[in-house]
Amino acid sequence: MSLQVSELRVYYRTLKGEVRALDGMTFELGDGEILGLVGESGCGKSTLGKSLIRMDGRMRHVGGTVVLDGQELPIGDDRAMNDFRFREVSLIPQYAMSALNPTRKLRKMVTELLRSRGSAVDTAELERRMDQVGLPREVLDRYPIELSGGMKQRMVMVISTLLDPSLLIADEVTSALDVSTQKAVARALLGFRESGYVKSMIFVTHDIALTHHIADTIMVMYAGRLAEKAPADVIVKAPRHPYTKLLLDSLPEVGVRYADRRLEGIPGSPPSLLDPPTGCRFRARCPIAGDECAQDPPVAELAPDHHVACWKA
Amino acid sequence: MLRLDDVTKEFRIGAFGGKSVTAVREVSFEVVPGEVVSLIGESGSGKSTIGRMILGLNPVTRGSITFDGRPVRAGKEYYRHIQGIFQDPFSSFNPVFKADRVYNMIKEAYYPAVPRAEWAERVEAALRDVRLNPGQVLGKYPHQLSGGQLQRLLIARALLLDIKLLVADEITSMLDASTRIDVLNLLAELKARGLGVLYITHDLSLGTYLAERTVVLRRGSVVEMGLTGRVFGDPLHPYTRELLSAVPRMNQAWDDATPVDSCVHHERGASGALIEAEPGHFVACARLDTCP
Repeated sequence: MSLQVSELRVYYRTLKGEVRALDGMTFELGDGEILGLVGESGCGKSTLGKSLIRMDGRMRHVGGTVVLDGQELPIGDDRAMNDFRFREVSLIPQYAMSALNPTRKLRKMVTELLRSRGSAVDTAELERRMDQVGLPREVLDRYPIELSGGMKQRMVMVISTLLDPSLLIADEVTSALDVSTQKAVARALLGFRESGYVKSMIFVTHDIALTHHIADTIMVMYAGRLAEKAPADVIVKAPRHPYTKLLLDSLPEVGVRYADRRLEGIPGSPPSLLDPPTGCRFRARCPIAGDECAQDPPVAELAPDHHVACWKA
Repeated sequence: MLRLDDVTKEFRIGAFGGKSVTAVREVSFEVVPGEVVSLIGESGSGKSTIGRMILGLNPVTRGSITFDGRPVRAGKEYYRHIQGIFQDPFSSFNPVFKADRVYNMIKEAYYPAVPRAEWAERVEAALRDVRLNPGQVLGKYPHQLSGGQLQRLLIARALLLDIKLLVADEITSMLDASTRIDVLNLLAELKARGLGVLYITHDLSLGTYLAERTVVLRRGSVVEMGLTGRVFGDPLHPYTRELLSAVPRMNQAWDDATPVDSCVHHERGASGALIEAEPGHFVACARLDTCP
């Protein structure tokens, strides 16, 4: 097992109290596995991604452990985590556009970045990786403003995996791109795994169709907890959790027309995590909720590798 | 109702405006009442520029845009019939004012004579039309509302006017999958009431869900347009095929279409004139007969 997360709890400090953004997440990630993380906004998926690399000032590690390659990550300790960032755990941020220093040419920026981590630039290797994602070499002598969104995104991907991290967190990397660029970026990510630049990957997104194409396993989160986790095909073809089913039903696909088949959104909105409801957190929006749902549903393994947190599944 | 004839837009760039870029090149199409037309293209294809020109936010360089036979004249009377909604609902509202202040601004500008009580009723009716609970949204600040609620507030604002055309520029891109479809269904209901909608998007699946007709743009020119079912059911232009094959779909592997740049015709950078391949289905490809 490459990554083991158990009972992870991360809360946000706010003026009104603590927001329980991650409330007891337990999951594992195998070597070479790509995990797609999906859910609505505010379900804690970005928080999970951030907790594994850097918590911002408002976040507090309340409990639980994260073990990467047999070593526990000191996720609550900002300074101790520095030894792991970029080398062991790396991140492709949501807005790659703003992740590059606008005042440096890219070659200088990469050199400075690696020097800060005590490594020298292997230009041949850097160029080989740029070739792989389809970036011309001249890009290194340009300023970020001279690149298109898709090129910047791919450049950030190359930079963040330069030290061959064990775990890569890709947070909504394709959301701001149009379909053809999106496909190129997704393919590049798969290429990184095949070339062994990264061992395993967490792909955070709200696009289930895209996740289905690149992830081995899909984990659906709801209100800071795991709702369902299974191999990608199983989630798409035979979901068991009512939330996963509703989420899949609300996705328009090319060819689905309003006139022929009317899609429905999920009524209501996710609960406030300031004071989360007791029992199953999806209860208020769930069409099949019953009396037992007032109790917390345990995460059960219904079939091998198919984990569901629902009484009715 | 809305008609674009050979609309071209050039932007001056460079320090002294010495160079120019053609963002939109000779685009012509029409939107009739009760119809949703989707404008699909990738970033930089000029789709938002077209929306902005229709709304009178950017002047047209050549060609003409007419609404009910009259040219675009940005002003009170024009905006009574045409309204635009943009991508980011959070930047469409002033964060220090309560969100429903936009309704008072409409009242002051357009209906100063309407009594306060009657106006409040109209606002509530418009909010119910967009499936919002007036009690939940009135008197709130933008940050207290969700993105979906804010977009619906803007649609309700448009409904308070005597609106005939809505320019919806990527209005669902920032919303969650679960609320996105509600906003689309809402547009479909408004369409049934006779409203024309120009739906600008880069997301093919959202574009095809509602639209009767689709216009596919590439680098400022129309490459293919016609009935949505025909354009995406039987795409003629290699670019449309490429777009369609790049969309991730469930239960179907990503297949590789021949990239548009390998097409001999497009390599030379020339774009053909629009040909009517079948009634109402136009395509800009000079090599249509020889294309595999």
